Amino acid sequence: MKNVYLQFAIVLLLFAAAPFFISSFHITLLTEILILAIFALSLNVIVGYTGMVSLGHAAFFGTGAYAAGIIAQHVSANMLFTLFGAVIISVLLAGLIGLFCMKVSGFYFLMLTLAFSQMVYSFVYQSTEWTGGSNGLSGIPRPVLFGWEISNMVWLFYVIAALFMLLYAGLRILVGSPFGKILVGIRENETRLKSMGYNTNIYKYLAFVISGALGGVSGSLYTYFNGFIAPSDVYWTMSGTVLIMVLIGGSGTMIGPVLGAAMIVLLETTIASYTDMWMLILGSVFILFVIFFPSGLYGIWQDLSVRFQKRGGPSEVTKLNKKRAS
Amino acid sequence: MEIIIAQLINGVSYGMLLFVITCGLALVFGILGVLNLAHGSLYMIGSYVAYSLTTTFTQSFWTALIVAPLAVAVIALVIERTLLRVTYQLGHLSQVLLTFGLAYVFHDLTKWIWGSNVLSIRVPDLLSGSVTIVGQTFPLYRLVVIGVGIIIAAGLWWIQNKTRWGAIIRAGLSDREMIGALGVNINLVFTTIFVLGGILAGFGGVVASPILGLYPDMEFQTLILALIVLVIGGLGSIAGTFTASVLVGVLETFGRYLFPELSMFLIFGLMAMILVWRPSGLLGKQVVEG
Amino acid sequence: MKILEVEAINKSFGGLEILKEVSFNVNQGERIGIIGPNGAGKTTFFNLLTGDLGPSRGTIYFKGSNITKEPNYKRSRRGIVRTFQKNNLLDELSILDNLLLVLQRKHGLKHTWFRIRKEKYYKALYEEAEKLLETWGLTVQRHVKVKNLSYGEQRQIEIMLGIATDPSMLLLDEPTAGMSQSETDYIVQLLAKLPKELTVMIIEHDLEVIFGLAERMIVLHDGHVLIDDTPEVSKSDSIRWEVT
Repeated sequence: MKNVYLQFAIVLLLFAAAPFFISSFHITLLTEILILAIFALSLNVIVGYTGMVSLGHAAFFGTGAYAAGIIAQHVSANMLFTLFGAVIISVLLAGLIGLFCMKVSGFYFLMLTLAFSQMVYSFVYQSTEWTGGSNGLSGIPRPVLFGWEISNMVWLFYVIAALFMLLYAGLRILVGSPFGKILVGIRENETRLKSMGYNTNIYKYLAFVISGALGGVSGSLYTYFNGFIAPSDVYWTMSGTVLIMVLIGGSGTMIGPVLGAAMIVLLETTIASYTDMWMLILGSVFILFVIFFPSGLYGIWQDLSVRFQKRGGPSEVTKLNKKRAS
Repeated sequence: MEIIIAQLINGVSYGMLLFVITCGLALVFGILGVLNLAHGSLYMIGSYVAYSLTTTFTQSFWTALIVAPLAVAVIALVIERTLLRVTYQLGHLSQVLLTFGLAYVFHDLTKWIWGSNVLSIRVPDLLSGSVTIVGQTFPLYRLVVIGVGIIIAAGLWWIQNKTRWGAIIRAGLSDREMIGALGVNINLVFTTIFVLGGILAGFGGVVASPILGLYPDMEFQTLILALIVLVIGGLGSIAGTFTASVLVGVLETFGRYLFPELSMFLIFGLMAMILVWRPSGLLGKQVVEG
Repeated sequence: MKILEVEAINKSFGGLEILKEVSFNVNQGERIGIIGPNGAGKTTFFNLLTGDLGPSRGTIYFKGSNITKEPNYKRSRRGIVRTFQKNNLLDELSILDNLLLVLQRKHGLKHTWFRIRKEKYYKALYEEAEKLLETWGLTVQRHVKVKNLSYGEQRQIEIMLGIATDPSMLLLDEPTAGMSQSETDYIVQLLAKLPKELTVMIIEHDLEVIFGLAERMIVLHDGHVLIDDTPEVSKSDSIRWEVT
């Protein structure tokens, strides 16, 4: 347990120190990674922990982004206000979509989420007055926190890093809690959970809404970060990219989606200077992972550490089992 | 009144296009258990190959109508033999994700080869006129599309209900393991069905392009509509897919005409209603899970 | 005291009638064996009692309440708990995790999301789990994934999970199917030690198991209750030899 607090403190220190050691370009990159990592973590709640593969998660990202932007333009740029508004609207949307999507499972769920997110997209695309339609939403005022405008990327980085740490810790507790264990149970065998007396639909619905709410948070952070929202942020490509992040990183683990987000953002930034065929590269990388590394980056890392441990001596689990057996 | 009938013809012909595309998707989903998210891409490739054939090489729509589906069939064959086959032991989710990755790859490849301009294919001269029936003028091509859709539906129905292959397909739709029990080479069935799905997608691409045009992202517009038709119609029934196609086609066309901003919502609304009312689709037999 | 009243339930799939007008009452604490040939509707009958299927006609009362239309998870909370004919466990999780999932509902922890499930936070939960593991001789393997256990052990866990919920009526669907003789004997011993007030219904092909446990025997044949009597009478009845 101390170990976890120590890790947490180290990461916190690293984040705090980062702006003093790396260039502003890299700070921007790191900020983007953190935002997309929150997005990927939010999807992981349903895909990785509950076993419901969604291909429409951009709906919540986009809703959060547009909600934050529109509130900032028309009401107030106070970050607490925009963030809260974005979460409320994402929760309402997830609550509504969830009602329909809970009726189905498996690939039907995937199809329905995809269809609903396209519906949100066409709504965004067509309500030009509010969203700017195909031109996107620009001229969004910078976020204000406690009466103080966050105009500098470094300050924004600190705000987002703090929020990331908070959400990561919160999610870690959530998935480790009795509630989270029920979600994992549903992923493994829903019939059994029902016969244990769990109303699985409620848990799936809650997971869906939590996931949507966090997706909305990441979307609104993206608005602060970018100062501009394009309708493509709601498009299926965004849903696809975040699903790819989760799966390449390692679904059903906490660190996996973060690794996945980092890898995709870094890859995209690197590739961008050579070619504009980003989808070709992303698709190919994804296919390679699906075939050769189905458990993602986290799985690769685990395999390596198991191999390393075998050389070093018996693993923790075997030691534990031996101790218990004696 | 005239406008309504004209829109109805447009709607039904659009529905027929959706039917041709969706039944390929439904066959592959039913038999292989793979929700082929690259199905729209195969459709798109059919369109673009037809475009190249009609504008550069042969200038003939009819050649394109034969060659483009075959070209797509070859691509489908390669996908099934090389990539899908590797993932059969990994489970259906991996296969779906694989086709999703393929959709990304095909998207950029087509953009690279054909650019991202909006293109279109001219209706062949033979079918470009219009006919007058009971004082009402109809574009001939639309009527032909309706005819083609009905012929394909009838053909598939005949294959499914009257032939040995159809028996295998029906067995597979209700119980995939039964195919093996019938003493059929299951790999051959999988390959054939996947290629057949490709041919239908490619054929749909050629026939649809004079009406719907060619543009970047066309594959996902189509894929999503096809998925909606699949959900509404229910799995394992050609009649269900057919009904749902016509329903979606007509609703989409009228929606676009009457409330242009709401056309997508009408379809999604229809889908949501049908799911609440009948979770396994209009004529579906059961919900097959992944 | 009557715990279960089944009134003329009927179940058909398509045109096929699996159960036809089945009626009977069960008193609390009764041990009932259900036998019958394959296809007699035994498992379907269990599915109707647990709510995994809804009857086409008829009514089911449990402790006086009409539960005919209740979903399975609500009936499970009322105390109707089943084991499955085929092992139906959370294969990727450890024995302990399987057990904790059952117990945490009983301990009212199902909505607890703000604290990681660990021994030091949930003492009572873990203590009960450990006690059960000890009773079932599974303490050593508790961290092993269920899928890595032998068939017999998985069967045993299937029953343990059922009992762990403190049911008032336990439905055992072929608990010893596919087990070796020694494993079967072990299971029979464990079942014999179940608390007296627990109502048990057991579907079994192994008649020795049934005669060892049941004090009342129901023979299902072709969707009908053919015999409903003490094991001795059922045994002596010649029809039994036809149907089993």
